[in-house]
Amino acid sequence: MNTTRELRVRPIVSGTVIDHIVAGQAINVLRILGITGVSDAVVSMIMNVPSNTLGHKDIVKIENRELKEKEVDKISLISPSTSINIIRDYEVVDKYNVEMPSTVEGMVKCTNPNCISNTNEPVTSKFIVQNDPFRLRCLYCEHVISEQIAQYLL
Amino acid sequence: MEFHRNHIISMKDFTRDEIDYILDRAGKLESLARSGRSDILSGKILALLFYEPSTRTRMSFETAMLRLGGNVLNLGSKDASSVIKGETLADTIRVISTYSDAIVLRHTSEGAAQMAMEFSSVPIINGGDGAGHHPTQTLLDLYTIKRESSLEHPDVAIVGDLKYGRTVHSLTYALSLYGANITFVSPQQLKMPDQIIGDLKARGAHVNETENLDQVLNNIDVLYMTRIQKERFPDPTEYNKVANAYKITNKQLAHVRQNMIIMHPLPRINEIDSSIDNTAHARYFQQSFYGVPIRMALLTIVMGTDI
Ligand SMILES: [Zn+2]
Repeated sequence: MNTTRELRVRPIVSGTVIDHIVAGQAINVLRILGITGVSDAVVSMIMNVPSNTLGHKDIVKIENRELKEKEVDKISLISPSTSINIIRDYEVVDKYNVEMPSTVEGMVKCTNPNCISNTNEPVTSKFIVQNDPFRLRCLYCEHVISEQIAQYLL
Repeated sequence: MEFHRNHIISMKDFTRDEIDYILDRAGKLESLARSGRSDILSGKILALLFYEPSTRTRMSFETAMLRLGGNVLNLGSKDASSVIKGETLADTIRVISTYSDAIVLRHTSEGAAQMAMEFSSVPIINGGDGAGHHPTQTLLDLYTIKRESSLEHPDVAIVGDLKYGRTVHSLTYALSLYGANITFVSPQQLKMPDQIIGDLKARGAHVNETENLDQVLNNIDVLYMTRIQKERFPDPTEYNKVANAYKITNKQLAHVRQNMIIMHPLPRINEIDSSIDNTAHARYFQQSFYGVPIRMALLTIVMGTDI
């Protein structure tokens, strides 16, 4: 299996392998995880690996870290094909595909500057996730974000 | 049909049956809206919280509440900006909802009413939020079409600023529920956003677009005119050109359908020549009045009162 071979090439003792990332989105995945520069994290990032299902894909491996639900939800928004492999003692102990939530709260900034969620009011942004075509609709002002979502992640 | 709704926020919250229910109730209240006073909402207090001026909307809510025998707490835009200065809308709503039985909110930010609903212990009626929703306007527009024309698959042309126009987006959504044939007439730079056109088509609505008003004038039941605002045009010559192209005078009405009605959310600038006011086509002043029975209907619905 592809994943196993990858793991053999660069095995990590424990941590997370984020696989089947839409090609080009690995950097945004790192941003979501807060790995943007100076950090102690041991991270490897592989871009544009040939993939049977995606054509090309990116992979991110992080040692000694498992992802929070909110991080996984954010990743699903920018790369719905992503699979998460949790590694402990060189073994894949859990593997699952990310799933897009039906609503997202406090994760994405509304693109409408005049939206109430962009004021000093005590509200967090809320979006309804719609599919076919994929888009986020602001619960407050109904503005829609359909592309370059990574740019608006909070 | 049983219909309970605590808050009136967006037209998109309503099904056609629910809209019909509201229009029917407005019909029952129309004669009371013209004169007299009842005790349907006696003892109830309606707070009008307006962060930007809108005389028409505010006064018609006030009239509606008074005709129903209720009372009004009026916090105009001046008070709202000075008294509430520095306080969040959320806090203001929490406080005002302890003073009143329902709140009408008009605010400058889109989504304000939706947020207010989360903090209010009483019903919120959206009196317009920024460039967003204005459901009571849409409902009175529908009521006007129903009373003065027909809501059964009407041929409607909507003219003017379709890009920023607050009222037209939710109106087109609602009209699509009635199988309307809608033609959007606007200059290129004020076109209805593609996304809304896409949404309408996806729902099976019949929509067309044109820049030429004369092309559609003779084949419609309803002509819905809107303002074109000067601020949208950096170049005044361009504004004048556009404003003149989307202006209607008596002369253009020679071959229109006999029962064609002309509507406008008012105030108008010069989109409709005053020579039209006395023709059988003009309905904009009736339209303005119909805001009263519609708002009476909504007030009785959100306060859970039978009529
Ligand atoms: Zn928004």
